Amino acid sequence: MAVKVLIPTALQNLTNNQATLESNGSTIAELLESLEESFPGIKSRLCDEKGELRRFLNFYVDSEDIRYLDGINTALQDGNEVSIVPAVAGG
Amino acid sequence: MTQAIKTQTPASTAYFQALKCKECGAEYELKAKNVCELCFGPLEVKYDYSALRQSVTRETIKAGPNSIWRYRPFLPVATDNVIDVGTGMTPLVRSHRLARRLGLNKLYIKNDAVNMPTLSFKDRVVSVALSRARELGFTTVSCASTGNLANSTAAIAAHAGLDCCVFIPADLEAGKIIGSLIYSPTLMAVKGNYDQVNRLCSEVANTYGWGFVNINLRPYYSEGSKTLGFEVAEQLGWELPDHIVAPLASGSLFTKIYKGFKEFVEVGLVEGKNVRFSGAQAEGCSPIAQAFKEGRDFIKPVKPNTIAKSIAIGNPADGIYAVDVAKKTGGNIESVNDAEIIDGIKLLAETEGIFTETAGGTTVAVLKKLVESGKIDPDETTVVYITGNGLKTQEAIQGYVGEPLTIDAKLDSFERALERSRTLERLEWQQVLV
Repeated sequence: MAVKVLIPTALQNLTNNQATLESNGSTIAELLESLEESFPGIKSRLCDEKGELRRFLNFYVDSEDIRYLDGINTALQDGNEVSIVPAVAGG
Repeated sequence: MTQAIKTQTPASTAYFQALKCKECGAEYELKAKNVCELCFGPLEVKYDYSALRQSVTRETIKAGPNSIWRYRPFLPVATDNVIDVGTGMTPLVRSHRLARRLGLNKLYIKNDAVNMPTLSFKDRVVSVALSRARELGFTTVSCASTGNLANSTAAIAAHAGLDCCVFIPADLEAGKIIGSLIYSPTLMAVKGNYDQVNRLCSEVANTYGWGFVNINLRPYYSEGSKTLGFEVAEQLGWELPDHIVAPLASGSLFTKIYKGFKEFVEVGLVEGKNVRFSGAQAEGCSPIAQAFKEGRDFIKPVKPNTIAKSIAIGNPADGIYAVDVAKKTGGNIESVNDAEIIDGIKLLAETEGIFTETAGGTTVAVLKKLVESGKIDPDETTVVYITGNGLKTQEAIQGYVGEPLTIDAKLDSFERALERSRTLERLEWQQVLV
């Protein structure tokens, strides 16, 4: 599944300063693997030591927080937009 | 309260040193940045407390302006040129009638419903954030808001001559929309809830080079809430209360009142003691209360559905820290439903003459619930934080406050109406007694 990914500023030094990029995977977990292949080191920034998504990062698939969906196993369709956004904001 | 506001020029020593990640401890320069590059944890302002201890006394504070800027050494601004629009030093009211109704002996109300200039606690955080924004060279300021923050950012930006673009959910109360528009900001009413507004703003903040008070300026902004702790300590005669009850939206205000008390102890301005921290949420948006009750150390985001729109944050940034503060101080986090919130607004108005908005109604209702369940000792010095003004959320109570008695300009019309109203009052009393 080809998806568009929005990368937060703090990680753009790993993505050749790209704020948005194309990647693929049929789930968020698979997407993480393909991101890691293209940009080595990015997975360990997105996930903690236990391999779980960092709690201060929000992942959205087409505007829906994946914690309302299936978390890291949330399925992706062609053309989905995945946003990775730091959680510490607002209020 | 009515004194003229002079431009103050306090000593220009700055005591803040760095931004520090609350999770992993990594330190950063004092720029516009809110999350750690390594773990995405929140950044907080770090101070030199030993220097503060040496130069700040009760007297130096008392000699300062009658605003939050009397605590300037504890706030993250580097220059003398702060924006002082008379924010802060709101009344701490000793409650008699509400206290008696609830069965409390030492209840105080911190009344930020009359904070200046826009009648909510947000004026505190915005005064700090925009003062810092100017120091960092921003010419446009912005925010993601549930209403009060947009009012405050727009007003104080107007005062300071900064360009302003604020974002709110489109379904806000009319008072909050007009209360922003009047200052001529660019107002973006987003079709979605606050969490969606917040996310959009996080993306905008990445690319537009604006100072978002509660995104890239958040570490500075949130420090402004400490003044709610400082003022209460000073107004109680340089003593800490035993118990505080405050509303929880993102959880930031709650944790910063805690930080404020801790700093006053740290620098020797008050004696240390354990202050119990209890938080209030609306049942229709209570992710922090749920985490507290279930003993979780993570927040499950929710989709808000409550009349308490100003605290309807389904994905609260400081939620886990608020849970932690309540737990370690022996406090509680409770939620109340919309009907209880309306009763809370009315109870505060009828007993104390303070008209608060839905967030304040939530807080009063939770205070009542905590007292009724024995979670507040009647002899504890308890401070309840009222953070917003009821004139901004009139829709919430329409239909619950009765109607005026419309009469002719004639004595007999008045007398008939008075008799009718007294009969109605008696009937109400009888209903209560039954």
